[in-house]
Amino acid sequence: MKTEYKRVAYYPGCALEGTGHAYNQSTREVGKVLGLELDEVKNWNCCGAMEVKNVDPKVQTYLSSRVMSIAANEMGAKVVMAPCNGCYHNLKKAEYDLSHDETSRQVVDRISQQAGHETYQAGQVETIHALDWIKQGVGEDELKRRVKNSLQGLKIANYYGCMYTRPRHIFPEKDQGGGSESTSKPHFMDDLLAAAGAENVDFPLKTACCGGAHVLSDSDTSTKLVLNILQAAELAGADVIATECPTCHSGLEMHQVRAEKVLGKKTHVKMMYFTQLLGVALGVSPRKLSVHENASDPLELLKSRGFA
Amino acid sequence: MTLAGIEADIDACNGEAADAARLLALSEQVLEQWIIARGDTPTHETREGFRLLALHRQGARDLPSFNACRETCREIAYHYNLMEVSRDAALSAVANVRNARMMALVAKHLLLFVSGKMQSEKLGEFCCAARPLRQDEVTS
Repeated sequence: MKTEYKRVAYYPGCALEGTGHAYNQSTREVGKVLGLELDEVKNWNCCGAMEVKNVDPKVQTYLSSRVMSIAANEMGAKVVMAPCNGCYHNLKKAEYDLSHDETSRQVVDRISQQAGHETYQAGQVETIHALDWIKQGVGEDELKRRVKNSLQGLKIANYYGCMYTRPRHIFPEKDQGGGSESTSKPHFMDDLLAAAGAENVDFPLKTACCGGAHVLSDSDTSTKLVLNILQAAELAGADVIATECPTCHSGLEMHQVRAEKVLGKKTHVKMMYFTQLLGVALGVSPRKLSVHENASDPLELLKSRGFA
Repeated sequence: MTLAGIEADIDACNGEAADAARLLALSEQVLEQWIIARGDTPTHETREGFRLLALHRQGARDLPSFNACRETCREIAYHYNLMEVSRDAALSAVANVRNARMMALVAKHLLLFVSGKMQSEKLGEFCCAARPLRQDEVTS
């Protein structure tokens, strides 16, 4: 286990203060139960998301670097945990760019000086995802020991989305064998939920695109992509799709509704953040995990199976 | 064949009559459309025994973001193998239909991804789904 993950700087990002509120809430609750501490990054800013990156990628690199600079230089943190795939991806990309690209270093240094804070230097912090935090900070054995409400009988399709593992070169710690995460067949969420007693189904679209980038420009394609994911999960026998990204999660839930309205295709599979599922297994009440905020309404399913 | 035509054929395969070879061929046609739209000639080589994987590699040349459908292509190849093996192993009819339906869904995902990618790269001809891009071109 990595003891440095026991207390980390927490970067929730914008989505977890909005549509991903339930992810924020459930991450904090699970952390409490597992004895993992979160120090929220002070005065954090947007990571640059897609919008800034499309206008000027170097500004996106700066925005992500500022978050890491505050964590390293003002909080003395060694590890930053970002549960959102978009934030996680952007911080990792900034780290890569600052390690490999002199122009990026110069731009970040110039803007940091103008903004009046220390320039982030590559390698000052390690950025991890919430999956790394629990998998490597606690591990499956300890998780199994703490389970009070086994998820036995619940069939889960684990959906990682496309930003958690791509592009491969910004995740040098992955694909290293010996239990490290895989970029082609990610398994950390599968491992954690299996430890919580759930049955993971074989799901071929676990890293497929959900159409998040097309939501506004081409909603119909997004709806069809999501419908395909939902139908594949149901065909695989899943009761629930477990998510670890607020954008994917919102997209799956919103387009599930839209697929029924626009395409007349109704699907019944429920969406839950993996932290909500772990929380249920650890005996935390669904309300504390904000399960009632999920648009796909998984509460009835949990009640009918005796999990709530 | 157009992407819309391929989509209709994949949808028609999404039932008991699904055929692994047909779905694999339709998936190859999706990637051929992409490669032709980028001004290249689709390869007839194979990788790991599949032309589909060679086509994907060709389609991702100089465009790493196209690797977002790499695993989808590999899943199509996997399901093709699964269906071929299950035919020999005389799996239950239920398992065969399930595998066929899953392969059709994965092939459809490849098609939808490539359709979206064609729009974002401003390649090919589209119906009203490409309206925002066309409006952008008119106003700029």
